[in-house]
Amino acid sequence: MDITLIWYLVPALVMFCCGVYGFLTRRNMIAMLISLELMLNAVDINFVVFNRYLYPGSMEGWMFTLFGIAIAAAETALAIAIIINLFRVSKNIDVRDTTKMKY
Amino acid sequence: MDYSQFLALKQEIGLLIVFLLVFLNDTFASPKSAKAVPAIACIWMLALTCFGFCQASAPATEAFAGMYFTSPTIVAIKNILNVGVLIVLIQSVKWANSEFTAVRRGEFYELILLTLLGMYFMISSRHFLMFIIGLETASLPLCALVAFDKNRYESHEAAIKYVLTAVFSSAILLMGLSFVYGLCGTLYYEGIYLAVSSNFGVMMVIGLAFLIAGFGFKLSLVPFHLWTADVYQGAPTSVTSYLSVISKGSAAFAFLVVLTQVFGSIYSQAWEWMLYALIILTITIGNLFAMRQVNMKRFLAFSSISQAGYIMLAVIGNNAMGVSALMFYILVYVFSNLAAFGVIGAIENATGKVDMTDYNGLYKTNPRLSFTMMLAMFSLAGIPPFAGFFSKFFVFTGALNGTNSAALYVLVLIALINTIISLYYYLLVVKAMFINDSENPIATFRSACTERLGMWICVAGIIGLGIVSYVYDYLLTVVA
Repeated sequence: MDITLIWYLVPALVMFCCGVYGFLTRRNMIAMLISLELMLNAVDINFVVFNRYLYPGSMEGWMFTLFGIAIAAAETALAIAIIINLFRVSKNIDVRDTTKMKY
Repeated sequence: MDYSQFLALKQEIGLLIVFLLVFLNDTFASPKSAKAVPAIACIWMLALTCFGFCQASAPATEAFAGMYFTSPTIVAIKNILNVGVLIVLIQSVKWANSEFTAVRRGEFYELILLTLLGMYFMISSRHFLMFIIGLETASLPLCALVAFDKNRYESHEAAIKYVLTAVFSSAILLMGLSFVYGLCGTLYYEGIYLAVSSNFGVMMVIGLAFLIAGFGFKLSLVPFHLWTADVYQGAPTSVTSYLSVISKGSAAFAFLVVLTQVFGSIYSQAWEWMLYALIILTITIGNLFAMRQVNMKRFLAFSSISQAGYIMLAVIGNNAMGVSALMFYILVYVFSNLAAFGVIGAIENATGKVDMTDYNGLYKTNPRLSFTMMLAMFSLAGIPPFAGFFSKFFVFTGALNGTNSAALYVLVLIALINTIISLYYYLLVVKAMFINDSENPIATFRSACTERLGMWICVAGIIGLGIVSYVYDYLLTVVA
């Protein structure tokens, strides 16, 4: 059986949509962060697969993926630090309760 | 590798040197001399700004196989950002030396200089990899800056809202980028420009829509604006002023470059109508929400949302005049918004009050501050002798330049009507200061000399740019 481009693109898209869904519905900030990771990783898969199947002569997509992973790691580290700070102040990381400022 | 191409990055290298000097100074200064760190940062930033102006006539060059590009236009927008950052740094000296922030005042300056470096790269990039790295370098330190007030709960809440939406938006932007890459096979702006018209289809529109949504988050265009008000309110005032002016200005210019230089050929098929809807929503909803705000920082947040809509008007024309109008708008916006934030910051530092009702009767006790605030509000609203009027005028002209499309005329009409609506809420502030009486108005106080210096520069800019036409002429010739 031939494994074509679409076999990779559909899972990546499903992963991305799961990430969006999780980001919008989850209440725990760590879970939201995991959902964001899913979204970023889906993008990485997309880049690698496009490069491998459509443009095997160049390496642009792979390089982009490497940088994408690094950026995702930096973002997660920063978000975790901010969540920990918030937890220290309020003993709570539920987004439903971070509503002091609204409208 | 040809190392001489690093010479094209003069401004970036200069900024990096300034950053390192401030960093070393902050790290090794004795506790006694640490109080001078903010002043030293300001002086180095001033030197960098002057250096930037010396570069104004440098020829257009590219480096790193075309990933990096600089031209007089790009140097001009970097100079505008430099001036804005300089004013922000000057205005924040007192706050940085205050009791709670003194321990980590150096970090504030270092992080701000780093975000500026990211913005430089974002503006200069001609390859999406470079662009994304610049964008993240610009937005990640900002998240840390928003959480700068460790003792205030609001600061943390704002930071978590900002970091989550920032990552979400960059994920969406990257997804759109991956579709564009899949269709075009390259990430160079030029390569995509050549490939885009032959690959135009549904996937391209989806990819572009994702890209625009990602930018919309950064620029806080409606319907991607929901983080703005909370983050502006929660962040320390110095950071809010930086966020509202510099971050927004650089993102707007990068957005313009991406839309016109990468997707310019599918202007009327793909992005004109998307931007059209975004602009109407942004200007109107920003205005309507600004009316009901009580907190001054929230009020300016919604005002900045509607201003972002006006900035986008310069993009929708898709012509060279729009570019100069956008740069002029950003310059004027820098002066007017920073004047308003300067007053808010000075009052907050002295008394801790940020509500509009606290400003009642301010004219009787602090006439100069209320006069500055009034000028800022008039400029933001676009009342003729001041700079804000001309920036709005040029933006409208840029949108309509060389077009016969009735839709664009309707758009400008809607924007004009919204200008009148915005006059109402800007004048509410002026009314509170000059007309409303108060039992216990804010007592007369003398703001720090740095704050006054920052406000003087802003007032000079607001009045000067309205009178001196040279600046706009210069921008127009640079772009052409």
